[in-house]
Amino acid sequence: MSIVDALRQPELLRNLGKRLSEISPKSCMTIMEVCGTHTMAIHRSGLRSLLPEQIRLLSGPGCPVCVTPTSYLDTAMAMVRQHDVVPVTFGDMMRVPGSEGSLTTLRTEGKAVEVVYSPLAAITLAKQEPDKQFVFLSVGFETTTPTIAATLHQAVKENVTNFSLLCANKILPPALELLVSNPDLRVDGFLMPGHVSLVLGTAPYQSVALEHKRACVIAGFEPADIMLSLLMLVEQFNSNQPRVDIQYRRTVRAEGNAKARALIDNTFKVSDTEWRGFGIIPASGQVLQDKFAAYDASHRFPVDIPPTVEPAGCRCGEILSGLITPPDCPLYAKACTPENPIGACMVSSEGTCAACYKYSRS
Amino acid sequence: MCLGVPMKVVEILPEDRARVTAGDVDIVVSTQLVEDVTTDDYVLVHAGFAMEVLNMEEAAETLKLLHELADASYGSETKPEEANNNVDC
Repeated sequence: MSIVDALRQPELLRNLGKRLSEISPKSCMTIMEVCGTHTMAIHRSGLRSLLPEQIRLLSGPGCPVCVTPTSYLDTAMAMVRQHDVVPVTFGDMMRVPGSEGSLTTLRTEGKAVEVVYSPLAAITLAKQEPDKQFVFLSVGFETTTPTIAATLHQAVKENVTNFSLLCANKILPPALELLVSNPDLRVDGFLMPGHVSLVLGTAPYQSVALEHKRACVIAGFEPADIMLSLLMLVEQFNSNQPRVDIQYRRTVRAEGNAKARALIDNTFKVSDTEWRGFGIIPASGQVLQDKFAAYDASHRFPVDIPPTVEPAGCRCGEILSGLITPPDCPLYAKACTPENPIGACMVSSEGTCAACYKYSRS
Repeated sequence: MCLGVPMKVVEILPEDRARVTAGDVDIVVSTQLVEDVTTDDYVLVHAGFAMEVLNMEEAAETLKLLHELADASYGSETKPEEANNNVDC
């Protein structure tokens, strides 16, 4: 049997749920999953129904699309309209709202927008049409950033000059630090992101465990991975020994992927950057190093954009910080739905509100 | 966005690439982010890149732990031959 099948067996999951109920503390324990892919995995597999009442799951800011600020979309769209560039993007950015419309709106204006699975495809596109300028919308956390770094190096090596990056890459640990430092946020433990941790290893989370005393488990994405991780979190909590454990050992090494990190370090530099809903978080973004300035779309295609308009009543920021849940937002499921999303949490395929809407409404 | 998929390496290709398969999917990915990858290895694939070589011993350990925990108190319909060391993805 494949490992993926084994980790999805309903009988095993139910038994893990029973075990979780047996060892769960009597008092409420709140666990935050940081990664958008975990949010979706938890909802999709119906794991919530297996959890004892006292375990509360909260979603955090780990969806890179959800935390991309409106101004980034406005800038990208202005570049297309003012400089006639072709934006190349991951699919989940297509419907994220800017101040007016989204990338999808550009297609209704007859503009080309290319959706890709791999950033390497942007190079292929650029080579196929040398008369056009292709701007890759560089969005993601540490899982994706090395792939974009590798793509840029390939562009340089092959002298593909009609290619550039509009960078909004982010670093996750500073956002985690901000969350745990917020006295309004009551979180006892974290399901840490499996694939970001593949790159980073355990080191960046040590302060969350050792200084801020929260349980941390690096979790895989199959239902049984998540259930096992919840068991490990409860064990840490019960023994009052917060630390960083790895549940996802078949993929994550404690030292992470040094090669991927070296590629990031050789391409990007750390910057202060805006997160939707959080404002500017110091040292939380990645911008191109000066030696790659020629590939920076914001230099190549300067634009003037009017001040950003955030939608009235949108509470994505508080949702991303785990301070409220989707039903607490006045727009949720009324004005803001997957068909007509107002905020990024609803439009992203891994957004907290999209997940809640799709899987929790009866 | 971070959904990575385990895939099996069927061929190493020049210039840091490999052909990988899972189910009906057969694609070429970049291997420049991993060290020492060979055919029959499983790799975690994301956005056209192999991100890590999967540790199959750890995979077997995870399955073993899963069965121990699930079987311990409740008995289980899991048959013993399913909890084996022959792990593939």
